[in-house]
Amino acid sequence: MSRTYLPLWITFALVLLMFAAGASQFDGFASLRVVTNLISDNAFLLVTALGMTLVILSGGIDLSVGSVIALSGVAAALLIGPYQWHPLLAFALILPCAALFGAGMGALIQYYQLQPFIVTLAGMFLARGVATLWSEESIAIEHPFYDAVAEFGLELPDGGWLGATSLLTIALVLLMLVLTHYSRFGSYIYALGGNSQSAQLMGVPVARTTILLYATSSMLAAMAGIIFSFYTYSGYALAAVGVELDAIAAVVIGGTLLTGGSGFIIGTVLGVVLMGLIQTYINFDGSLSSWWSKIVIGGLLFFFIALQKLLSRSWQQKAGGKA
Amino acid sequence: MTNEATVLNSHHSDQLEADQLKADQLKTARQARYSPGQSAHKFSLYLYPLLALALLLLVNVLMDPQFFSLQWQDGRLYGPLIDIVNRSAPVALLAIGMSLVIATGGIDLSVGAVMAICGAVCANLLLLGDWSIPAVIGLAVLTGVGCGLLNGVMVSYLGIQPIVATLVLMVAGRGVAQLLNQGQIVTFQNPDFAALGSGSFLGLPVPVWLVLLALLIMQLLLRRTALGLFIEAVGCNAKASRYLGIDDRGIKLAVYILAGGCAALAGIIATADIQGSDANNAGLWLELDAILAVVIGGAALTGGRFSLPRAVIGVLIIQALSTTIVVSGLPAKFNLLIKALVILLVLMLQSELFRNQLKALLSFGKARGGKA
Repeated sequence: MSRTYLPLWITFALVLLMFAAGASQFDGFASLRVVTNLISDNAFLLVTALGMTLVILSGGIDLSVGSVIALSGVAAALLIGPYQWHPLLAFALILPCAALFGAGMGALIQYYQLQPFIVTLAGMFLARGVATLWSEESIAIEHPFYDAVAEFGLELPDGGWLGATSLLTIALVLLMLVLTHYSRFGSYIYALGGNSQSAQLMGVPVARTTILLYATSSMLAAMAGIIFSFYTYSGYALAAVGVELDAIAAVVIGGTLLTGGSGFIIGTVLGVVLMGLIQTYINFDGSLSSWWSKIVIGGLLFFFIALQKLLSRSWQQKAGGKA
Repeated sequence: MTNEATVLNSHHSDQLEADQLKADQLKTARQARYSPGQSAHKFSLYLYPLLALALLLLVNVLMDPQFFSLQWQDGRLYGPLIDIVNRSAPVALLAIGMSLVIATGGIDLSVGAVMAICGAVCANLLLLGDWSIPAVIGLAVLTGVGCGLLNGVMVSYLGIQPIVATLVLMVAGRGVAQLLNQGQIVTFQNPDFAALGSGSFLGLPVPVWLVLLALLIMQLLLRRTALGLFIEAVGCNAKASRYLGIDDRGIKLAVYILAGGCAALAGIIATADIQGSDANNAGLWLELDAILAVVIGGAALTGGRFSLPRAVIGVLIIQALSTTIVVSGLPAKFNLLIKALVILLVLMLQSELFRNQLKALLSFGKARGGKA
């Protein structure tokens, strides 16, 4: 059992190590302000990665999330700006539409037996295409609701500040934690990722689960887009390019296997935190160039995958046979 | 196998006839399975991609009667068709390498980043000044091969899933390219090297020649030796091909190395074309175009079959589509949307269920509920 949690512990240890390294080198690194900034800066990535975790647990992949973030941002900005909708009303339209978009991709994958990689790739082009069609320029959002949300938050000691979006993100993490690890839907996902044929024979509603899964991922991506719009006060069709890869990287660093069936929501949270800490460290240092973060994240990715491979191999040998 | 059967025959002369029959069956089976350019099925495989390309070109001609016109100027051909072919060159090279990787059931997300790295290598070496052009090209290709080696070792010997293994280099590679360029766009003045991207030879642009050369060499290498068959065997079932004596790990390593080499060539063309290396944008998202081209060319992402000419046709379709959108006068913002819709259509047409549904829908009056 401890082997199952080993990748988690290693990521956790690396997070602590990174934090300790920062704290020992820079004044003010070890403060609640840095921690809360870490959450608010990476809130949209974290929410996206939550959905990605579900999809990867099922053995699939969702490349469309970055574009869905941009699309929902543009949609929100347009509805709030030129169309004069109340933001909450706009969100109430955007989220179900995103879910429908994801369900469509899930249905193509399920019923037409198309590869998730290529279907969500088309979805990525489609969402980004619709977003550019609606607006090629960045649209600023100005609304009293956005100002009110920006002022709302929890004041913490030591300069810490948990804003509304951070609180929302934490709530979503808790929700997904329960949904993935303590609900029937969650166990269906694990079953699918383990072996979809066995899952079907066991009576798992494979079609429904697959479709719901991609719908959830797209809806969380749209949620991330909304959170991103609170962060930037704008919607832009070219925003969040490549976020899907960051999300996949975070999920993998968090110890989830890309073959599906094995991983934890909390691992993804740790993965995002670790990537954010690296970025924070580079920002604090100031002399390190931004490309080092890419190289370090690439190196970390390699380290984790190699580690997982090693662990699963030794586990297989202990079990005394190959699957 | 036929030879083995004949050897066996001499030992068991009483079963001669039965064995002869078996050998004949084997022979026909082998010919049916593997005879490039002879099966009737092959024709239809080329039919749909070529039809799509022809349709796109037709749309262009209808919008612009001058579309097929070619002008001879300064010793080279000019015209919209040449434009399409020339612009397809980098992605075509990527698609050739990607075809092989996909045929083994893998995928290579890193080729765009490898393009950027090789471009940066070229630009920086040319800036140093004391490197001859063949040496620069050689080093750039070597860099690409090295990147491919890294991917290949991760996939075949460490057993890492191809998407993740190549994601490592996709993320880190662009960082490495930026590191080489120190975050700048490195430009150089070297007409001889620039000719690789914008020069012409016998009337055609040099990049087109490079693609043709790569296609010819690869096709000969893969289809006149057993290598192509081995690649397909590994893609169908790696374990089974290992039991047959095929070095499946070596084959996988080889295809990633070839893909790295192709990416290096594409990077050289892209760098020579703009006479500079932009680590942020060189080859950005081209890996996705290459994957799409291979899929449009009819290859399954699950592996097991490939066709280099069809992959190149796929690239031409993608490029012709972009050109069509420009020619049609639609704003560029429609580009992605139309691309997405066409891709979805092509994907759906490849799904048997959808084709059956379509047939049922078309013959609705005659046969009700003709679902397979």
